[in-house]
Amino acid sequence: MTTILLDPTAAHAAPARQRVAGHRSLEGLTVGLLDIGKRQGDVVLDHLERLLGERGIRTGRYAKPTFTKPAPSAVIDRVTAECDAVVEGLAD
Amino acid sequence: MSSEIPQDGLVLVVRENCPTCRLIAPVAADLEARGAMAAIYAQDNPDFPGGLRVRDDRHLEVSFRLAITIVPTLIHFQGGVETARVIGWSRQEWSNLAALDDLGPGLPDERPGCGSLSEEPGWAEELQARHGETGLDAATVTLQFPEDPFEIMDVRGWSDGLPVVPPTPARVLAMLRECTLAHDHVLGSIPPAGVELTVEKAAINAVMAGCRPAYFPVVLAALDAALDPDFAWQGLLSTTMGAGVAVIVNGPVVRRIGLNSGFNVLGHGNRANATIARALVLIAMNVGGARPGGTDRSTQGHPGKHGLCFAEDESDPAWQTLAVSRGIEEGRSAVTVFGFCGTSIMNDETARTAEDLVVSLARSLEAMCQIRSSRRGGGILLVIAGEFWRIFRESGWNRARIETALHDATAGPGGKTPMFGPGDLLVTHAGSHAGLFSTIIQGWGSGPAGSQPVTREVET
Repeated sequence: MTTILLDPTAAHAAPARQRVAGHRSLEGLTVGLLDIGKRQGDVVLDHLERLLGERGIRTGRYAKPTFTKPAPSAVIDRVTAECDAVVEGLAD
Repeated sequence: MSSEIPQDGLVLVVRENCPTCRLIAPVAADLEARGAMAAIYAQDNPDFPGGLRVRDDRHLEVSFRLAITIVPTLIHFQGGVETARVIGWSRQEWSNLAALDDLGPGLPDERPGCGSLSEEPGWAEELQARHGETGLDAATVTLQFPEDPFEIMDVRGWSDGLPVVPPTPARVLAMLRECTLAHDHVLGSIPPAGVELTVEKAAINAVMAGCRPAYFPVVLAALDAALDPDFAWQGLLSTTMGAGVAVIVNGPVVRRIGLNSGFNVLGHGNRANATIARALVLIAMNVGGARPGGTDRSTQGHPGKHGLCFAEDESDPAWQTLAVSRGIEEGRSAVTVFGFCGTSIMNDETARTAEDLVVSLARSLEAMCQIRSSRRGGGILLVIAGEFWRIFRESGWNRARIETALHDATAGPGGKTPMFGPGDLLVTHAGSHAGLFSTIIQGWGSGPAGSQPVTREVET
């Protein structure tokens, strides 16, 4: 006796994205500091901004309107256009 | 067409448990004796009609292939092609088909037949799956005896931890018959992975959740609501806070599918209540990839993450239903989805007036408030049970007045620190009519920056 089951899982995987190669050094680069909107996330990012500034590394501050939803594409576009690396402040 | 079915001559399909088939048994014997009958197929007893060369169709394959709806059915074939068929007994039509004019002397001229066993509830989909083309796209997994489907599904990670119903092609076909959408219609992208969900995959997971086919329109409406960006399903599925989906159902569909709005309404004991929201959980896991410790980052979670679904008590016309309060036309069926982080029962045995009851309700709502979180208030779904509603009703209050009073009573001194933004407090009515209780269902993040309740009409 055979039983046939139908597969309930996704027929297609989520689109694969190529990872960007890491940087050996941050010298001469711009680091984006992205606040996702969680309380005290700014505390972490402020600290990082100061530490990076002391090393002469450029930083830029960015923010998502809310941590509950994916970042709007305008925010993602700005970060990718203006930065070489990005740090997200989760603060959970 | 199966080669077993004769290419030429008369083919008769009968079952013993049919008075008309028993009535025409002598006619079948007469046709066989005269060499006119190519084959007789019996659906229930291969020894019926007695003394004849009867073929066994208890598996109903021939009945399915010949699309028999009524027995007896007499079909004429020529060169493998059906030229005509007679359903039930009619001396004139049988005589025309057999080209014989003295059939069934002593029988009434006409007699309607009985339903074919291949048309019994549940059999149509089973026969379609066994002998026909299912037209389904999903990959199949074939298990051989003695493999246990329940264990295999668990090992494959298809389950939320509880056993799931095996999604056989027949069960999935039965589910799909309850909706007008094509099986390959894309309903949307399921978070967190953002993978497209087809109606077929939704049906497979609804079967596994334990849904009856009649529940499927409610599942689809709940999915449509959950996929609204305002609901922020992605956030609910991946949050560390541990949020589940509550589905509140209104309208005629409640009675039609037997949803519970009374005793133990938020608990166990009713299949529709237990399985509809669970279907969304399985879809999020199996299609969206939301697995605990993976993209589901719940620190603790809560029992309601298995899915919560209930119907609102609409028995008192004085109570404006949740759906109507959210813009659905009276008499229509609808679902409202609400992202939630747990439930708490609230009890007040001393309040006798609406004003008094609001005081204790407001204090209880404040107790649920996350005072050091970024989610102050966070949205609340308040489920008012029978006796609390009686107190409000006897005070002449309605839904709007209850909501306004609770907003005011939780807004702090001078109304300067409102606990709820617009639309953050949902009030509904469910539970048995005895007991001075209500349940506070704690929301997640409320307002436009969080998860907002979404209401959708159920297409039936």
